[in-house]
Amino acid sequence: MTWSDILANSWDAIRSHKMRSALTSLGILIGIAAVVLTVGLGQGAQQKVSNQLNALGGNLLIVSPGSSTTGGVRGGFGSASTLTMADATALSSPVAAPNIGGVAPILQATSKELDNGSTNWTTTVVGTTSSWLSVRGRTLASGRFISDADQASAAAVTVLASSTASQLFGPVNPVGQYVTISGTPYQVIGVLASAGSDSTTNLDDQAIMPFSTVSQRIVGGTNRTSVQTIYVKAASASQLAGAYQETQTILQNRHATSSSSTTDFSITTQQSVLSTTSSVDSTLTTLLMGAAALALLVGGIGVMNIMLVSVKERTREIGLRKALGGTPTTIRRQFLSEASMLGLTGGLLGVAGGVGGALILPHFISNPITISVPWVLISIAVAIVIGVGFGVYPAVRAARLSPIDALRSE
Amino acid sequence: MADAPTLARHPSSNTDPAAGQPVIELEAVRKVYRTGTIEFEAVRNVSLVIHPGEYVAIMGPSGSGKSTLMNILGCLDVATSGRYLLAGEDVSDMDEDQLADVRNRHIGFVFQQFNLLPSLSALRNVELPLAFAAVPREERRRRGRLALERVGLGDRLTHRPNEMSGGQQQRVAVARALVSDPALVLADEPTGNLDSSATEDVLELFGELHAQGRTVVLITHEAEVAERAQRVIHIRDGAVASDGLTGGTR
Ligand SMILES: Nc1ncnc2c1ncn2[C@@H]1O[C@H](COP(=O)(O)OP(=O)(O)O)[C@@H](O)[C@H]1O
Ligand SMILES: [Mg+2]
Repeated sequence: MTWSDILANSWDAIRSHKMRSALTSLGILIGIAAVVLTVGLGQGAQQKVSNQLNALGGNLLIVSPGSSTTGGVRGGFGSASTLTMADATALSSPVAAPNIGGVAPILQATSKELDNGSTNWTTTVVGTTSSWLSVRGRTLASGRFISDADQASAAAVTVLASSTASQLFGPVNPVGQYVTISGTPYQVIGVLASAGSDSTTNLDDQAIMPFSTVSQRIVGGTNRTSVQTIYVKAASASQLAGAYQETQTILQNRHATSSSSTTDFSITTQQSVLSTTSSVDSTLTTLLMGAAALALLVGGIGVMNIMLVSVKERTREIGLRKALGGTPTTIRRQFLSEASMLGLTGGLLGVAGGVGGALILPHFISNPITISVPWVLISIAVAIVIGVGFGVYPAVRAARLSPIDALRSE
Repeated sequence: MADAPTLARHPSSNTDPAAGQPVIELEAVRKVYRTGTIEFEAVRNVSLVIHPGEYVAIMGPSGSGKSTLMNILGCLDVATSGRYLLAGEDVSDMDEDQLADVRNRHIGFVFQQFNLLPSLSALRNVELPLAFAAVPREERRRRGRLALERVGLGDRLTHRPNEMSGGQQQRVAVARALVSDPALVLADEPTGNLDSSATEDVLELFGELHAQGRTVVLITHEAEVAERAQRVIHIRDGAVASDGLTGGTR
């Protein structure tokens, strides 16, 4: 018997037992859909974390005021922070801190209304220095970034993030135009390229100004050198530990603290963010994978069960086929191809279900789902392997029957 | 393949000894069924020679071992002891694939229960032996159609078994038995489930097959069915009770 005959036969058999075939495929379908969704969820979560980390800028340390035991309380408007501009300057020293590649002190004012004629937009004003761009890993879409001269003169200039710019100026290039905050005009000198958003901030909605400009003109208050956050960028990924050490030593010396109980600042590493998120992630993924594997196994056992029943039901048919000249090999192949067709059908439908779920589910849950093509291919292969694997045993049993025993069975 | 041994001609055979090698030669064949510790000898020491072109009826009461014997003849089952030469070849030397090939090319079966596949059309059922012989699809269609026309079902090609009467189903089964042009046709009570007119149709077909020179072995317990044959072998308790010619050589 040729393969095309065997396949045609199998197709006939599948069609003439619609209910049974549907149930078999359903078992595999559920398993595969579960795998596709699970892997998609896991990868989506990972993607999200790595997007956030990239948005943060690579090799980053975040220094916050307040001791680690009190959990990094941020200095409010005008209130004195334990971190100062001088701390940031000290950290920038290439001699004292060779592992540090860049330092960006941050002082921000939230909910500031920016006006362009009758158009207004409320956003966060971020005061920082010229190194912010490289420390945060951002690029400019047009114009220039704030310079050291702007910082020195507390110039009334601003660099707008992309969506802030379009909210205020529409399609017009705002470089050279002015925005007004509380009656003071600030010249727009540049526009940032889009960076997307992370879980907490829209990175494309802010206005960057020289640190001095924000502290003197926008925030005001008593301590004009207070810093809310200092971003410290290691010179390279391998120098992150060194940069951490240097940051800690320099700040402890400057603040005259040595033990952790009196420390008035805290350092968060990107690594610690990464490891907590990814460990949460990998536990979740492992759990989900386990559930998916279980679903696959149950589906596979279902297939085997149905194949066994099918062999029993069709014993007379097997006997007849053997009586008419079917060899054990032919019989085996027929059942194998039936099983793999069911597996393939279930697998394809499962992938369709998984992809469909991946498109629909994110509307109801907050997690993104990433469909990866290699995983889709792998799960189709797994479906066929399950079909064949669980089809082998019944097929071998069927092929072994003597023609007359098979024919005589009721 | 084994050389054909020289065999003594069966005394009751009406075939000319010059007809050559026998189709079937059984020598002291026994078949013992084992159910747990109980052994049952269904065929006891049967020796039998059937020559090409013979039309043989096997008769005997229910449970006498007719079907068991027929299954051995059809290579569907193997004898516990004794020797079975089919067209001179010792069947016990063959492996499963060779046996499947023998069944496929040399033997046509007709069963009491018709044994058609319910999901296939009449034509597809008839084609089945040719599919196992890897005959190309077009050729298969053509020969299947011819076979169905020969049994008078040229207008029932696409009907499923459950859309046909018992007599029609058995004629499909006969078409299936003759489609691969086998030398030997074995039928186990082929008219057992048929009414008298359908019985007549089917017996007519066996008569034609015999007239074309095929060897026909048919099991029955109806005397009028056996009368159509040239030779009747009576089986009792698994042994040959009598073996002789009938009057009617049709
Ligand atoms: N597979 C089997 N196992 C045990 N006993 C069997 C089996 N097949 C047939 N027999 C016994 O062998 C005897 C002959 O059976 P069978 O050849 O079918 O008789 P017949 O066809 O003449 O009615 C019966 O007594 C039957 O019970
Ligand atoms: Mg019987």
